[in-house]
Amino acid sequence: MLILNQDQLANWLNQLIDTYKVFAPVKDGDHYTFKEISSGNQVTLNYTNTKVPPKEVLFPRSEKLFCYRHENEGIQLEEKIDESKKVIFGLRPCDAKGFLLLDNVFNNDKYQDPYYLNRRKNTVLVGLGCNQPATTCFCTSLGGGPFASEGLDILLVDIGNRYVVEVVTEKGQELLSGLNLPAAEPEAQEAARRVKEGAALSTCINLDGLKAKLDVIFYDPIWDLIHEKCLGCAACTYSCPTCHCFDIVDEAEGKEGCRIRNWDACMFPLFTLHGSGHNPRPTGKERFRQRVMHKFKYFVDNFNAVACVGCGRCIINCPVNLDIREVLAEIQGLEVRSDKQ
Amino acid sequence: MKNPYLPLPMRLVKNFIETEDNLIHTFTLEFLREEDEKSFQYLPGQFAEVSVFGTGEAPFGIASSPTEPGHLKFSVAKVGVVTTTLHQLPEGTILGVRGPLGNNYPLEEFKGKNLVVIGGGFAFTTLRSLITYILHPEHRGDYGDLTVIYGARNPGLLLYKEELAEWEKRSDINLVCTIDRPVEGWNGRVGFVPAVTKEVAPSANNAYAVICGPPVMIKFTMPVLEELGFPPERIIMSLENRMKCGIGMCGRCNVGNKYVCKDGPVFTRAQLNQLPNEY
Repeated sequence: MLILNQDQLANWLNQLIDTYKVFAPVKDGDHYTFKEISSGNQVTLNYTNTKVPPKEVLFPRSEKLFCYRHENEGIQLEEKIDESKKVIFGLRPCDAKGFLLLDNVFNNDKYQDPYYLNRRKNTVLVGLGCNQPATTCFCTSLGGGPFASEGLDILLVDIGNRYVVEVVTEKGQELLSGLNLPAAEPEAQEAARRVKEGAALSTCINLDGLKAKLDVIFYDPIWDLIHEKCLGCAACTYSCPTCHCFDIVDEAEGKEGCRIRNWDACMFPLFTLHGSGHNPRPTGKERFRQRVMHKFKYFVDNFNAVACVGCGRCIINCPVNLDIREVLAEIQGLEVRSDKQ
Repeated sequence: MKNPYLPLPMRLVKNFIETEDNLIHTFTLEFLREEDEKSFQYLPGQFAEVSVFGTGEAPFGIASSPTEPGHLKFSVAKVGVVTTTLHQLPEGTILGVRGPLGNNYPLEEFKGKNLVVIGGGFAFTTLRSLITYILHPEHRGDYGDLTVIYGARNPGLLLYKEELAEWEKRSDINLVCTIDRPVEGWNGRVGFVPAVTKEVAPSANNAYAVICGPPVMIKFTMPVLEELGFPPERIIMSLENRMKCGIGMCGRCNVGNKYVCKDGPVFTRAQLNQLPNEY
């Protein structure tokens, strides 16, 4: 463990900016957002969590996949792979875990997504532990924690006017080279331990037996009721660190154009609408069920992990206060019967 | 890293009006580069994403067979933006193709078995690929009897009429075409596919059934196949769901935990019985 004084922070960031594109939490009106910074002074680290996760640094909400140009008898394609080196600075442990989950999707059993994976390979994650988790946080229910280092390259622990620096990976080690940070003395280590102990979470979800329940309640009448409040606005999916659905469209002018992918959401009716007019998920009921099932059953079936990190953004951003913790509790309260259509 | 989003450039060499209502066209595409043709190794049942540059891309089952080298064929119904544009394209247009995507009909399992292929309407495309593949002299000996039951509303809506006529003449395929209502000049059967399947009564002994068609046809043919003794493990189906990426990432074509694009589109009935009915 090393020690970093708060007044060294801006200098370190300025050094990093010379080599990397640095994304860090910046105050943006009444909330915080990860933005590319041009100076260490722009960063605000006394935030609870950002409105949307830093997912978009690696998986932008809109990106060009390739551009094309018709030429003579053929066509020229130009791939738009982003090879730039990046640092995401000051992200929360839950958001780092989000990337570990996304890795499963973009590097699946058959295909690799070069856009995400190239950015992922070239990005260093510097985390900031959560001294004061929000009342909507439940990361500990999902194997995470306010100071979990899983998925991070470096974890910073704020102990007042200094940070205890935990180097997690070689990538993290490299980022600190040239900084010559001293080792954290016993007092600092003790302070870090106390901060970690003090960061208690007030809420949780119960995953025990949840998957077994979801395995047999696809046709249960619970879905008729549970979705009723949902407006289908998809704020939950856009603010989720693990949601990965996207659309692909062309934009063109004359002989040239680009193929673009944009975030999309399972909460929208057009998402699954067939050309014939048939829709396998025609109403809010099927779409809400898909969101719950995908996160807590299908993802577990496919990747042996729950696609939720407990960041609580879907709870905070929902305009009708639909709370995933309550939804899961209601499901847990069901008596399981055999699932018949 | 191979980029699965980059289409291979192809030239549209034929835009053929397949059905009399002009709603289905069959497109023949040729690779612009020899190396692409070599790398595009596919089997019957697989699909591809066809790009109309500037308009978008859409997934279609590959209607040609790998035994027909040099080109790919897609039979496409005019239903949306991409397909409507496609229908109007002049021959010579440069298109893009990504693939082959998805799994194929289980040709290895089929070896030494009799096959009953049942199709309805314009869902006959990958079935054409399968039949053409099996009828190829190099493969025909690997498979037993081949029975094909194919129905359309009227004769003008049958796909691949010239080939159907060719198959009619062969002794190594039992082709039964049927239309919904009698039409002057039609000498084949009249009746819906489920009823005709019952009449033809192909034996389930040592046999697989492959069935592709509109949901209502599937629904009423299933009990017939069951009665004939086909177990769910030997009924092969192909699903369609809306797709974008074709590689299991964009999140819209899943049925339960399976992605139609990556884990399908070919499933056995036994597999589908384990999945929710979201297709």
